[in-house]
Amino acid sequence: MTYFTDVVTLARKDLRLELRARDTFPAMLLFVISTLVIFHFALPADADEVAAQGLLWVALVFTALLGLARVWAPERESGALEGLVLAPCDRSAIWLGKATAVFVFLGAVELVALPAFGLFFAPVDAATVAGVILASIGICAVGTLLAAMAAASRTRELVLPLLFLPLAIPLVVGGVGASVSPDPGRYLAFLALYDGIFAVLCWASFEYVVSE
Amino acid sequence: MSQGEYVAAAYGVVFVALLVYVAIIAAKLARLERETAEIAELARKRASNV
Amino acid sequence: MSTSSRNNHVPVLAALAAALIGVAIGFAFFVAPEDVDQGISQRIFYFHVPIALTAYSCFGWGAYKALLLLWRKDERYDLESYVAIHQGTIFGSLTLLTGSIWAKASWGHWWLWSENQLVLFLVLFLFYSAYFMLRFSIEEGPRRANISAVYALFGVVLIPVSFLAIRLAENIIHPTVFTREGPQMSGTMFLTFCIAWLAMTVLAYALYRLELLGKRLDSNLRELRELVT
Repeated sequence: MTYFTDVVTLARKDLRLELRARDTFPAMLLFVISTLVIFHFALPADADEVAAQGLLWVALVFTALLGLARVWAPERESGALEGLVLAPCDRSAIWLGKATAVFVFLGAVELVALPAFGLFFAPVDAATVAGVILASIGICAVGTLLAAMAAASRTRELVLPLLFLPLAIPLVVGGVGASVSPDPGRYLAFLALYDGIFAVLCWASFEYVVSE
Repeated sequence: MSQGEYVAAAYGVVFVALLVYVAIIAAKLARLERETAEIAELARKRASNV
Repeated sequence: MSTSSRNNHVPVLAALAAALIGVAIGFAFFVAPEDVDQGISQRIFYFHVPIALTAYSCFGWGAYKALLLLWRKDERYDLESYVAIHQGTIFGSLTLLTGSIWAKASWGHWWLWSENQLVLFLVLFLFYSAYFMLRFSIEEGPRRANISAVYALFGVVLIPVSFLAIRLAENIIHPTVFTREGPQMSGTMFLTFCIAWLAMTVLAYALYRLELLGKRLDSNLRELRELVT
């Protein structure tokens, strides 16, 4: 039971920090809207709805990247990561707490982005929403761990997109498939599979990423 | 290019890659030789100082 | 950690690899019959597919060494994992090159999004290139070893997941215009394929041991230099 209390405490800490600082979340919001606007200008006049659906996913992935680049910044700036690692909680709880907080941020951004997309391009159906939720889980789980790896690197913000994008490819396939295909169930099941496999992998390996 | 030439190109690429690898190892060997010579010199100096 | 007794095997391995490749080329060009449907360009497969399979094996071997590192915490596994992944990336690049040439020979295009294996290798190439970017931007030490190991494990999990993703993507991105059945191989063709596969595997292992030898020599010399100055 204390494991989940740790996770919740850590997640709430991050949410409270962001509510006070208000730097990452507004930036992500503005970024996603700007990106959608740019896409309008980037699409040729006769582009169909299907192409536009793909662009939703590009926008989401890059907005998530923007947020993920700063995900460990509070810990890094205050040197708190070492403190957290020494704390008597399971290291994987740090990952889970952080990933949960990121999921909340990303979810809040999507709450704005999806209606905006519906307004600018094409209506968003239930399968797309389900796809976005499932893909966001994967993005947050994997992204949080990769951000911790990047934090150890000299080239931090530069290396995170390189690490993240190949792993995001299956998520984009699943998400676009759920939006576009007449049989979204297969793609949603695939997204759930990705989430399951990678969440377990992240949960098990986070402690090795942060420890010496 | 005829089909046969493409096949030759494909096998040729693998062959050239192997040769490039050999060249890299040759360069590495030359560097290691130089370094060992330097270290031998340092060891000689040390031995004569003792 | 002395490995000099094991290193006597490297020249033998290299000679064996050379011999096997010679035999494989002989079989590929002189023994195996010409394919009825595809003609001579089918012979590219005798190298292209074994190289691809060897690349997968290298990534798998790298992940295995990574797992050993995380489990046993012996730092020599870090170098072994790195070298295996390096070899895998080299063979992966060769897969992309030979595959591209085959695509041009068979379909007239240097790249085909419908060829699942090629697309998978492109994704893996991106993933493992990032491995090197990550590794070389972290200070040498246990932290770098651990992070590299975790990333290597992610890679090997990504292989099947990506393959599934690419299969699923076929239906939404391209109605399959260029369909290809796997080559239906006759007995001799299969034998040629197996010889080529064995040759590539031995070659990869010989190169792996050779590279490890070089890197260990480097670190021994560095240590020696420090002791002598």
